[in-house]
Formats: sequence, structure tokens, C-alpha cells
Amino acid sequence: MKIFIPGDSAAQSVGSDLVAVAIAAEAAKRNLDITIVRNGTRGALWLEPLVEIERDGKRIGYSNVSSDDAAAVLDGTYPSIGELDSFEWLTKQDRVTYKRVGIIDPLSISDYEAHGGFVGLAKAQKMSKADIVAEVTESGLRGRGGAGFPAGIKWKTVMEASADQKYICCNADEGDSGTFADRILMEGDPFTLIEGMAIAALAVGATKGFIYIRSEYPAAISKLKQAIEIAKPKLGDFELKVRAGAGSYVCGEETAMLESLEGKRGVVRAKPPLPALEGLFGKPTVINNVLTLASVPEILASGAAAYKARGVGRSLGTQVFQLAGNIKQGGIVETGFGITLDELVNGYGAGTLTGKPIRAIQVGGPLGAYFGKDKLQTSADYESMIEAGGMLGHGGIVVFDESVNLAKQARFAMEFCSIESCGKCTPCRIGSTRGVETIDLIISGKDVAKNKELLLDLCEVMTEGSLCAMGGLTPMPVKSALNNFPEDFDGGK
Amino acid sequence: MSIQPWNAAIAEDVIAALRDEPGPVLIALQALQDKFGFVHDDAHQLIADAFNVSRAEVFGVFTYYHDLKSEPQIGPSVKICAAEACQAVGCDSLIADAEKAGIEVEKAYCFGNCALGPAAMVGDRLIGRATLEKLK
Repeated sequence: MKIFIPGDSAAQSVGSDLVAVAIAAEAAKRNLDITIVRNGTRGALWLEPLVEIERDGKRIGYSNVSSDDAAAVLDGTYPSIGELDSFEWLTKQDRVTYKRVGIIDPLSISDYEAHGGFVGLAKAQKMSKADIVAEVTESGLRGRGGAGFPAGIKWKTVMEASADQKYICCNADEGDSGTFADRILMEGDPFTLIEGMAIAALAVGATKGFIYIRSEYPAAISKLKQAIEIAKPKLGDFELKVRAGAGSYVCGEETAMLESLEGKRGVVRAKPPLPALEGLFGKPTVINNVLTLASVPEILASGAAAYKARGVGRSLGTQVFQLAGNIKQGGIVETGFGITLDELVNGYGAGTLTGKPIRAIQVGGPLGAYFGKDKLQTSADYESMIEAGGMLGHGGIVVFDESVNLAKQARFAMEFCSIESCGKCTPCRIGSTRGVETIDLIISGKDVAKNKELLLDLCEVMTEGSLCAMGGLTPMPVKSALNNFPEDFDGGK
Repeated sequence: MSIQPWNAAIAEDVIAALRDEPGPVLIALQALQDKFGFVHDDAHQLIADAFNVSRAEVFGVFTYYHDLKSEPQIGPSVKICAAEACQAVGCDSLIADAEKAGIEVEKAYCFGNCALGPAAMVGDRLIGRATLEKLK
């Protein structure tokens, strides 16, 4: 009998390790022959620890199991949520990038291959560089880190650059609050990322690669290091290494990440030159987010046409949305672009955890806009989100109930920028501190109208004058809070 | 890996082992912190000598990153996430309660456990749906 108990950080954070120990002990007491698989999480995080028992090829789920429940789970008296293959919250999703996460043993290469792994790489090995790049371009895949730049065009630039060394760098510095899809994929299906990077290496002629993972993700770092060792025979002359971050948010900005990979202060570089031409150690470099690279194997395996049949407009394929914050059913929802925000937070998410009405959602991380209920019908795709005055970013949605104060949230956006600014450009470094001071004046009711005007002026300077998205987008949460929730900025009146 | 008391000779070995790594300054600082729990002031010069960079450059890298500490850390650190998703589920009051209970709290910004907030990290252990009880 196989028993699946997630070994993912999120499941561990609510006690899955203790559950695994308790079930193993209970099974030993009964002389039961069981194999415990520490799979990744399925992404239905409110159900964790979610134990699955495989009987006759069917995986039956038991949610929110604690170590005291081991006997009941093995007896079959613990209430079950039924077969996972027919659990609607999961079955109505369209899992492409995430198709193996939660299903396989993350470090079993035979499991990986049995579920379609390495098919994309095998195809790529028989294709020319230009054909691989063309396939990725044709799929419509855009950068899932938030910027949404077409991956194929970036790859083409690197492919056409001539150099003695080229690099593939994976940006796994997932620092945005409300986002965790990179971590869950790296912990639950690390080979997919490795395969995607190996395909990118073939496409552009790179022989070295780095995965830059933030230090707040120790489990992901260790999983990927192990997975790279295991996958080595598949990688040919592509040499892949994991590098840990050191607690700097701005290192999620691609040029700051390059500086950090070079062992320097993680300070943003001016562009141009583009990293695609002069990137890591001055060499042509592909920099993509985890989910971008992890989408590539399936695009090669099933073809660009199948991928781009999903989504809407110029946002093609699937997005791995993350439901976070004050949400009843938080977790991973992968589906084609074009689903509405309402379907995500009220459909999949089932509203707030506290049961109070939703007052605000923040989409796309700390640099994304705060929306009120009137924006919930917006389609979640790159273009519609921009039209609505926000951005899709990395697909994270943080939900707040009516207890939220948006002036406080706006202040936090500025404060966070002042803590994490790399200090290179003045609008970000000084502007964020001035922003905190100005919002404090507004909150305390001093010259409210004048200070609001000053704040908007400051936002304009930061937006137009900052080198990277840190300073350039911090005004987005601030201005959206001000515009969408003006009643919170009336100076305590 | 258990933490050892600072020892310059061991530090030199740790640094020397990274000789062939590209861009080694940051990983050398990280390796020393892993070994000794902090980065001793004397280590800056050792790294500078080993990799032919100035001590100022090493110091610049050291001071840039939040993770790197100049003093030994006492006991497991308690970090509580203070970012938006955890704010939405009351991390501010958890931080205040923990401080009132005499726990030394370091604010952190996101552990990637945003659907099970408030999130906290005690040593290397991630805690979801954190309460004061779970932190103790």
C-alpha cells in the first residue's frame, strides 16, 4: 500500500512531518506493508496535511490530518474527501506546467519519466536551435516572472549572439508576498525546471546554467541540488548549479540577480546593454523565471499549437495563479488566462478565511495594484490587468477582508521599498522614505489635500525616474489605494 | 551541520575550497556564515586576499545582504513574515503579542507560505497558521 504525505514546506508548516512519523509508527505496529511517498503538495493548501492512500490504483484523500489521526486514517474511519482524480477543485483546473506536481515523488526520475518527463528534451535534442526557438516563440509563452516579455524573442537574441560562453539563469528569487508557485514547483517537481533549462541551453548554445534561489527557501535549494545530481546523465555537457540568495528582495530584479550571482552587491544595472547580449560575467544570458522555464518541456512535448490554444488575446497558455492572504481555500490554481478575478477569489478561493466580505485584493505582488470589489470582473490576463490600472505580475492574489486600511497598505508599500531599495537610483532610495513621511502626514490629517498632491507628484518621479521595477512600480499599490479607496485617505475625518 | 567557533585556519580552508567558483565573494561569505554562524571581521581580509579583490569590496558585499551577520547568533531565530499576505491574516498583532511575551522577533518578508499565514520561521522550521503557542 502506498501512502502519499506531502513533504512540501507548506504542508510541513502545518505538521505533515509529524503525520508521516505517526503513520509509519502505526503501520509498523499493525505489521502493515506500506510505502510512504513524500510527494509535493497538490496546491489545495487549506487541506494540508493532505494524506492520500492508494488502493487499486485510486488515490483517496484525507484532509487536515494531524498526528493523532494516524490510526483513524489507516482504519478508514477518518472522513475522506474522496478520490483526488475526481476532486472538483483540482479537476476543473487546467494543469500544464504543474501537471506532475503533487502526483509524483519529486526525486524519482522513473516516476518523472512515467508521467511524461524528458519527452520535451528528447524532442529538442533532435531539433535545430532555430527550430526550438521557433516552437517556443510560436507557443506565445511570455515571461511568467511578471514582465510578460515573449520568451522566444529573448531566446532568439541569445541564440544569435556570438560568444565563447553563454548562460541560462533561472530567477527563483520569488520574493513577492502572495506568490509561492515557484517554490511549490521546485519542491514538488524539480526535474521539470531542470528539463526546461536543458532545453533552453540547447536552443541558445549555452553550456552553463545557474538557478538563483532565495535563502528563505531552504527546502527548494536542497531539493534542486539533489535533483540536479540525479538528472546529470540526462544533461550532456550542460553544467547546472544552484546558488542561494542572501536575503535581498531586489535581487529578484534580473540585473541585480546577475550582480549577486557574480558575488557582488545586488545592485541594479542600467539597461542597455540587455542581459541577452551582455549578461552574467558580460556574456549572453537567458534569464527566465521558474514557471517560464518549467512550461517549456510541455510546449516541446505537446507542441506550440496545443499550448497556445489556451488563454486569451496575447496572453496565451496557462497561468499558475496563487490565492493567498485572507482566503478560505488558498493555494495553486493553474488555468488558461482569461478567468476572472472573481472566479479565482470567490470561486476557487471561496471568499475570505474570516468569513467577512472581501474589501480589497492585491494582484501581482507588493508592486501590484489594490483593487476593490468593482474590479473583480476583470479578466486575469496581461493586457486586461494593465487596462484596469494594475498588472498580473507573477499571478499572486492577496485577499483582504473589510478590516484592511488602505492608507496603511500604501504606507507599507513605501516602507518596504525604503527597506529593500538597492540604493543605486535616487527616486527609489530617497523617494520611498519621503513617501512614508508624506503618507504619515496624510494619515494624521495634516494638510491632507496638499500632501496628496505631493504624494502623486512623488509617485510620478519614482515611476518615470527609477532604474528598475522596485522604485518604478512601488507607486502602483500607492496610487491604486489612493484612487480606489479614497475614503481611507481622508486624514482620519 | 553544527556551528563551530570562529577559527581563522578553518576559514582559510573554507575559502580556498571555493577558488574555482566564478564570482566567489558572496558564496565565501555564505559558506563562512554556515560554518561559524556569523562572519568574523577578520574574514573580510582573508576573502580579499584569496580572490584578489579589495577588502572594501568584500565589506560592501557583506553589508548589502540582510542574511549576513557580524556577530554570533544566540538561540534559534524567530522570524515572522510581515508582508502583505500575512498582514491580511493579522501578522501585526502576532508580532506585537510575541514581543510582549518576551520573544525576540525579526521581521521577515515572505516565506512563500502565503495561503497558510501568518507564516513564521523558528530556526529552519517553517510554521503555518502561526500563533503565539506555536512559536514557543
